[in-house]
Amino acid sequence: MQTISVVTPEYAARHALRANSACRALWEILDSVFDPELPHVSIWDLGILVDVQDSCPQGVKVVVTPTYSGCPAIDVISEDIVAALNDAGITEVEVQVSLSPAWNTDLISPAGKMAMRNQGIAPPSTEVHCPLCGSENTAVISQFGSTACKALYRCHSCQEPFDYFKEF
Amino acid sequence: MTNTYNDALYQYVLGLADDALILGQRTSEWCSRGPFLEEDISLSNLALDYIGRARMFYQYAAQVEGLGRNEDDLAYFRDERAFSNLLINELPNYDFAFSIVRQYFIDVHACLYLEQLKRSSDVHLAQVAEKAIKESRYHLKRSETWVLQLGQGTSESHERMQNAIDELWGYTGEMFLMSEVETQLLTSGVCVDRSALQVSWSAQVSRHLSVSTLAVPEQQWNVAGGRKGEHSEHLGHILAELQIVQRSYPGLQW
Repeated sequence: MQTISVVTPEYAARHALRANSACRALWEILDSVFDPELPHVSIWDLGILVDVQDSCPQGVKVVVTPTYSGCPAIDVISEDIVAALNDAGITEVEVQVSLSPAWNTDLISPAGKMAMRNQGIAPPSTEVHCPLCGSENTAVISQFGSTACKALYRCHSCQEPFDYFKEF
Repeated sequence: MTNTYNDALYQYVLGLADDALILGQRTSEWCSRGPFLEEDISLSNLALDYIGRARMFYQYAAQVEGLGRNEDDLAYFRDERAFSNLLINELPNYDFAFSIVRQYFIDVHACLYLEQLKRSSDVHLAQVAEKAIKESRYHLKRSETWVLQLGQGTSESHERMQNAIDELWGYTGEMFLMSEVETQLLTSGVCVDRSALQVSWSAQVSRHLSVSTLAVPEQQWNVAGGRKGEHSEHLGHILAELQIVQRSYPGLQW
């Protein structure tokens, strides 16, 4: 089973942006915000958290990008961002939903892919391995799974069905 | 009379929004009626992608219009004649073959169209296209596979597919007709020259239908008028279902 994650250039760029940010503490607060349909994968790890700007006195601006254009989770995510920052004592929060850069699976962090696998979801990859037994002997059942970002697969080795986070 | 640039842009974006909303609503009718559970989920997700696309276009159209209307006003409070979607999007689902063939024709078109719209001089439209094309490529993979499977499947599935193709063929021409505002916006590089896509579309579709043992119809009839608000009787019914809640309880929120 492939467990060594390769850092994509897209993720490296995000990581650098965060590491060089003037408000790293704010990014850390947002590590507690998770995608409602992917528990255990934070919005940072999923790559939908684009930027955090602390522009006092106007408050904090958070930029997010939706995974799919019809993603119903984005409204909930925006509310969760505001709530997390409010809990930390930051009252002025603006969440901006940006379409650019268009989200893609290369933005997902290695930790995010690991978290998906631990939750029984095969992370995006050129070869779909069963997240339960690691077998490569898998086949697609449906090109869409429980959400638009996933497809439904079956493992021919352990016979279990599983969600695959589509490469996009 | 020529429209101002802003009017033209508004009407153009509204057309794209109406296309997406009506197809999304139509496809959502499959929810709980799909041929099997996994396909039911696919159809619902496909519908959701189109509703999401409609929202992006309506939000932008409302912003361009600048009269304080929002996406919901545009979706729920315009009448049939004000809707400018292409007719192919509003036709009923009839059977699974019909929905698949329609989706396939639209997916091939969408991939060609959005590829061009990505280069639009309008930054917002270019961004929407950048996002939507990835979804359409995925939709195409699915509809292409279905066309092949059902075309080469049983005599029953083959016949239903061929009937759907024959029925839908006359509606495909409208996908390549330039509206007045599109012609106007073309010079500034905002919109796409639809008419230039027809050759690639026909070649790609003919090739795939042939592999799927399905025939390209020889018929030459064509229907158009959606962009001008001239619709089939089906649009009124779909709008009634789509708009009833907001019309009965204006401003109602979830």
